[in-house]
Amino acid sequence: MPEFNLQCPVPLPLETVQMAHGGGGRVMRNLLESLLLPAFANPALEARHDAALLELGGARLAYTTDSFVVTPRSFPGGDIGELAIYGTVNDLACGGALPRFLSCALILEEGLPLAELATLVASMQRAATRCGVTIVTGDTKVVDRGRGDGLYINTTGLGLVPEGRVLGPRQVRPGDAILVSGDLGRHGVAVLSVREGLAFETPILSDCAPIHHLAEALWTAGISVHCLRDPTRGGLGAVLNEIGLDGGLSLEVREQDIPVAPAVAAACELLGLDPLQVACEGRLVAFVPGTQAEAALAALHQLPEGRGAAIIGRVLDAGTVPVTLRTRLGTERILDLPSGEQLPRIC
Amino acid sequence: MCLGVPGRILDLGEAPLHFGHVAFGEVVKQLSLALVPDAQPGDYVIVHAGTALEVIDEAAAARTWEALAQLRPFGEETP
Amino acid sequence: MRFLDEYREAEAVQPLVAAIQQRVTRPWTLMEVCGGQTHSIIRFGIDHLLPAKLRLIHGPGCPVCVTPVAFIDKALAIAAQPGVVFCSFGDMLRVPGSAEDLLRVKSRGGDVRIVYSALDAVQLAARLPDREVVFFAVGFETTAPANALAVREARRLGLANFSLLVSHVRVPPALELLLASGRAQVDAFLAAGHVCAIMGTEEYLPLTARHHVPIVVTGFEPVDLLRGILDCVTQLEEGRAEVSNAYERVVAPRGNAVAQTLLAEVFQVVDRCWRGLGLIPRSGFALREEFADLDAELRFDVAEIGGVESPDCRSGEVLQGLLWPTDCPAFGTTCTPEHPLGATMVSTEGACAAHYRYRRPGEA
Repeated sequence: MPEFNLQCPVPLPLETVQMAHGGGGRVMRNLLESLLLPAFANPALEARHDAALLELGGARLAYTTDSFVVTPRSFPGGDIGELAIYGTVNDLACGGALPRFLSCALILEEGLPLAELATLVASMQRAATRCGVTIVTGDTKVVDRGRGDGLYINTTGLGLVPEGRVLGPRQVRPGDAILVSGDLGRHGVAVLSVREGLAFETPILSDCAPIHHLAEALWTAGISVHCLRDPTRGGLGAVLNEIGLDGGLSLEVREQDIPVAPAVAAACELLGLDPLQVACEGRLVAFVPGTQAEAALAALHQLPEGRGAAIIGRVLDAGTVPVTLRTRLGTERILDLPSGEQLPRIC
Repeated sequence: MCLGVPGRILDLGEAPLHFGHVAFGEVVKQLSLALVPDAQPGDYVIVHAGTALEVIDEAAAARTWEALAQLRPFGEETP
Repeated sequence: MRFLDEYREAEAVQPLVAAIQQRVTRPWTLMEVCGGQTHSIIRFGIDHLLPAKLRLIHGPGCPVCVTPVAFIDKALAIAAQPGVVFCSFGDMLRVPGSAEDLLRVKSRGGDVRIVYSALDAVQLAARLPDREVVFFAVGFETTAPANALAVREARRLGLANFSLLVSHVRVPPALELLLASGRAQVDAFLAAGHVCAIMGTEEYLPLTARHHVPIVVTGFEPVDLLRGILDCVTQLEEGRAEVSNAYERVVAPRGNAVAQTLLAEVFQVVDRCWRGLGLIPRSGFALREEFADLDAELRFDVAEIGGVESPDCRSGEVLQGLLWPTDCPAFGTTCTPEHPLGATMVSTEGACAAHYRYRRPGEA
């Protein structure tokens, strides 16, 4: 089967799962809203945050899960193993937690070379060590050849949330500043550059990395963080729209302040992609009180992985749409949630 | 359907398809230069759907900027 | 990126905006022909830089939008056949036919693949000799030469397993239709810059002569669009109606001779139906007789397949500039990118999709 993820809304009522249901855009959101959230309804889910915040035996825990199906399994700057660790660590960090424990479930396809599996497992352990987390439990399943795309990984994470940290879209307030920890779109471009049929040469490496140190830097600096998100599928645009929609707010960002590396911009031009909707895997988006914006920026700049941090916009007092973009020319337009998954546009 | 992106030719490929390397900023893609047989490495081309359509006329571009410089802020155009 | 970034800078744009503001004394309606221009106008908010008296409407320059429903249905029929690898540009995959689209065919197991160029499809055919590889050849004169290269290459390689489903369209006859109908009230046109890079500008002289409308060949970046608009406005205010070139760095009056020769070798001009507009004489390209063996319409026996358009979709009026997308009752309600009624909402260059994705705070 082809390896492209395709942008997918279908004009008729959907009867079967489509690729877009996993795309991080509007179609996926509709699936959550219409099927999954009503089926499992409970207050933890209603908070609409990547990691659930739970109280158990007096401890405040963050609990999150993520599955990793990326192809190709290795890409410039990383592999699916590292991604599986960082992705879950980052979701815990965005819940305000100190990440501690991970589980690892592997679904392996018959025929996957064991040497490759060993490489990916080593990659996972290196990533775990780097993050200070331990993989404490797991599971292994094998499916018939032709049924599994090589391998799928699920990681579930547990972390401790210190007292006083309450994060989420509902904590965001008008007047809050919006910051990003670095330039956008590297992961998406890096993966596309090695996809069959699209291959191009680029110095771009995936930004696949843990962001919990960046999050902690904000807490250490005394910032009253309202919300943290790591932009993955759907990029910055998806994150901003989710916060706007889930928080009932209007956000405004300025194109000229949003950092995008020239090589990423060039690749997006070539493929007809919007860098604001291309996946990252090692970036933090933070919503902090407007009065603390500069202090938050300074805190991020202290870390090597935060040198490219920038203040990109703010939460408006009022507005009719979730996210507005002010262009370089001074005009405005709506930055929408992508319909399905971003598709390399040829024309 | 006319997304055309400017890129700089790095090398010419061989007949008949002339798959050369074209640089878009720091991104390099191999594509067909068969429609621009007179193009040379260093020339800029407009690329559409994996094919270079035309060589960018740098002199014409320069003339455009000169003409634009004549436009005063109040909008009077100098002929 | 050189030849891109400098054409997007605010400082370069500002004097053009000022000049346009100063020059416009009466209401004028301009139509940009190419979907790529529509996309760019809305992405950069160009229309919001213009004086209120100046109205930009979006023309039929989106080949995805104007591909007849029948052709989508033929594509679906071919893609569903076992052993077929159906290759297409990305935009075509979500366009609804009479009942479904290519992505649904894919989700049922059809091998539908996106390619960056037609030559990719040819190379795929060479690599998969026991599969039938079909390329959906859609597009204007900009894309036709690249597809002609693919035809020639397939012939050179002697490929027996490659064919094209061709639905190419030509711009000048569509403009003639719009102008002759007299309904759209367009005062001047921004002609499609990359179409003209191939075909040159001389085809538009008879249109200007017959209908007394300025036609300005225009590029796609903010500076290019505003130069084209300024040229139109200047001509209109001075009562002139000429074909002029505001995209000189790419377009030569004679166009690209190599590309034109190749087009003539591979394609012939035919009458073509445009979705929403109906039959326009001599408005399409089809494969010449000697390439009939590469014609997917013949190879797969889909010639009889017709199509049914949605009765609620008013794309045709949008494409002719008779209906502003946001004035359509279905816009944003029964018709959105998630469930489009017609191609103009699906294609990334469709007028309706452009308005929907890049609409202003305060608009519908």
